[in-house]
Amino acid sequence: MSETQAGSAVELEGVSGKVETPQPRRMTLNMGPQHPSTHGVLRILLELDGETIVNARPDIGYLHTGIEKQAEALNWHQVTTLTDRMDYLSNLANNLAYALSVEKLLGIEIPPKAQWLRVMLTELSRINSHVVWLGTHALDLGAMTVFFYTFREREEILRLFEMFSGQRLMTSYIRIGGVSMEPPRGWEKAVGKFISEFDAKVDEYEDLLNANPIFMQRVKGVGRVPVETLLDLGVTGPMIRAGGLKWDIRKSEPYSSYEKFDFEVPVYYESDVWARYRVRMEEMRQSRRIVQQAMDGMPEGRWVADAPKAVLPDREKMKTQMEALIYHFKIVTEGVRVPPGEAYVPVESPRGEIGFYVVSDGTSKPYRVYMRTPSFGNLQALVPLFEGSLVADSIASLGSMDFVLGDVDR
Amino acid sequence: MNFYVLSLIKAALVAVVLLTLCAYLVWIERKVLGHIQLRPGPYRVGPHGLLQPLSDLIKLLTKEGVIPANVNTFLYLLAPFLAVLLALTSIVVIPFGPEVEVFGVRTNLGLTDLDIGILFILAISSLGVYGIAIGGWASNNKYSLLGGLRSSAQMISYELPLALAIAAPLLIVNSLSFREMVMGQQGYWFGILPKWNIFAAPFPQIFSFLIFLIAAFAETNRIPFDLPEAESELVAGFHTEYSSMMFAAFFMAEYANIATICFVATSLFLGGWTPLWPAQYGSDFVPPILLGGAGLMLLYHASQALRTRKWDRYSFPVLGVVFLGLAALFLVPALKPVLVPLFWFAAKSGILIFTFVWIRGTLPRFRYDQLMRFAWTFLFPISVVNLLITGLLVALT
Repeated sequence: MSETQAGSAVELEGVSGKVETPQPRRMTLNMGPQHPSTHGVLRILLELDGETIVNARPDIGYLHTGIEKQAEALNWHQVTTLTDRMDYLSNLANNLAYALSVEKLLGIEIPPKAQWLRVMLTELSRINSHVVWLGTHALDLGAMTVFFYTFREREEILRLFEMFSGQRLMTSYIRIGGVSMEPPRGWEKAVGKFISEFDAKVDEYEDLLNANPIFMQRVKGVGRVPVETLLDLGVTGPMIRAGGLKWDIRKSEPYSSYEKFDFEVPVYYESDVWARYRVRMEEMRQSRRIVQQAMDGMPEGRWVADAPKAVLPDREKMKTQMEALIYHFKIVTEGVRVPPGEAYVPVESPRGEIGFYVVSDGTSKPYRVYMRTPSFGNLQALVPLFEGSLVADSIASLGSMDFVLGDVDR
Repeated sequence: MNFYVLSLIKAALVAVVLLTLCAYLVWIERKVLGHIQLRPGPYRVGPHGLLQPLSDLIKLLTKEGVIPANVNTFLYLLAPFLAVLLALTSIVVIPFGPEVEVFGVRTNLGLTDLDIGILFILAISSLGVYGIAIGGWASNNKYSLLGGLRSSAQMISYELPLALAIAAPLLIVNSLSFREMVMGQQGYWFGILPKWNIFAAPFPQIFSFLIFLIAAFAETNRIPFDLPEAESELVAGFHTEYSSMMFAAFFMAEYANIATICFVATSLFLGGWTPLWPAQYGSDFVPPILLGGAGLMLLYHASQALRTRKWDRYSFPVLGVVFLGLAALFLVPALKPVLVPLFWFAAKSGILIFTFVWIRGTLPRFRYDQLMRFAWTFLFPISVVNLLITGLLVALT
């Protein structure tokens, strides 16, 4: 590659910011939006010197759906369905973050059973997200089989979600005021079966990867960025915990009764792909512990708050009581009226801090729903992770960031 | 019989068998990978997906062969042709069995017996890089270019340990002809352990064999050395722009290369068609027992086929009878001297081919610089040391 290839001085169209003209000996490579390992539709313009990346410019927006703006046209309850569609791997964490913010404005008390159910399901969705991350990350590094093993576990979790909510991906199970339905019959058995087998499955993944010198060479010391840089860029979640910062919203600002659960926050200090891998593997085990505790200590009682103005009444009551029928009619036709004000309750999603900054003007539709999504923050680390690394390492770094493009573009 | 007629018959036979084998290697690979990865693999076309290669062929033949704008058309079209040509050429020097007499004609099982057969294989496999490098360069695509560059560097680097690993058994057998190489491995230590090169007298060539296998993975661009076509980095590497039959040619070249390199390993290190233990202890009965057992197992399972797999009720008995028929063929005295050596050759090569697929289902991919470092700082010195020890011990004895 002694010379620039003919025609490599491509127009760097569609990318804001100053872009230098490619130097001789350098090659501009357009990675994505259709590239097998950009995990969705991310476009990255790479300037290569040989196989070393000199310059990297991410170009996002290919999956822009206008969810934030759409939220202003729907009523408060309907927005829940939009949150499923942002980060489709951890939809329950999104549901929860939105519900918590709106409940703060409404000022309703959530019964313990709903809180425990929320904890259990968000932890299951954390496991779900992490196994998909592990599978695709390993696939990027060429280890094909891990992908299929992880999808076996994902299938089980999706089956549990379907059991609870009737949907595999777009669950919308956690609603304003509680959860949407009573947990189905036999859920303890189904969850218990999954949980009892899951630790052995994690061991199996580690057997395939940790003992593998090729995998270790690909991840150790790769994509090392100091945690201060990551913090400056707004990165949260496993990426900063792999850099030695013990910051987990479940511990630091507990929500939904997380303070009543006993679990560790895994922290590693290397801040490389290997550390991020270990943090997430350990988080899967911790999540399993939390699910176990939530299942064992599940309180009795109602699964929705006693707030007739915000929560749909029981079918039974609606058919027999006049008052319940009126509330049902009001909520369905004009929606819930939320008192004016603004609220933001962050939640630790599998990828980091997710929060919905909701502003109400007192009507039944949100005035503004700003979504602080972890993927968008984590993606900012792309440039420091990429620059100066090899193309092959950039794939490992990209996988270790664990973003979902639907969450970035929303 | 006329030499030319005989050669033509043999060439046609080998070509048909090799091309079918390449097609079914894809099926075998997908099936084995599927079972490693908890899924059934191809299952729709024909019983157990057995007609999948045919359907793939029809699909690829009927696709439009796109030639992108601004490519060097001549080189672009030459590259897949070159790749498949060179991959299929090396088969001519491989001996599949001893000299036999069929229908009153005495002939060698194998196309030809060059007395520089091993050098020929090395030369042809070195030329193989041209197909990939030219294809990558002519595509006028950056991913292809990177893929082509990577593969040139990789294949040239791994050729050295490969050649050095081949040189060590040459010192022991003292011949460059494949047939004499295999003949030199006949016989048994203590009447039971075969005198294959991996158990050879002054210095067992087991290290050469392992070095050869590792280098063979790199030469055929397979995981963990499949960097030229690393899909997560380079989309499809050197064949990103190729479609239709041109793509199929590259694909077939890859599988033909795998088959050839496994044949070479079998001849060089595993004693070619020599059985695992002497015929007087009944090694001739291994193929009928294995095939007959498989046939009986299929017949047994046919009676309790699952309701969800209703075609098994018809495919299992048919396959069972086919296997029993094959087993019976091995017992026909006229065919036995031909089929038994072929069976041992196929069995050893088959195990090696299975290893290729198995590794693909297990290991991740090297990084480019790690791959080169592995070749030059690990594999190359070991193969030199291995060669020196072998040479020293051969000189002393």
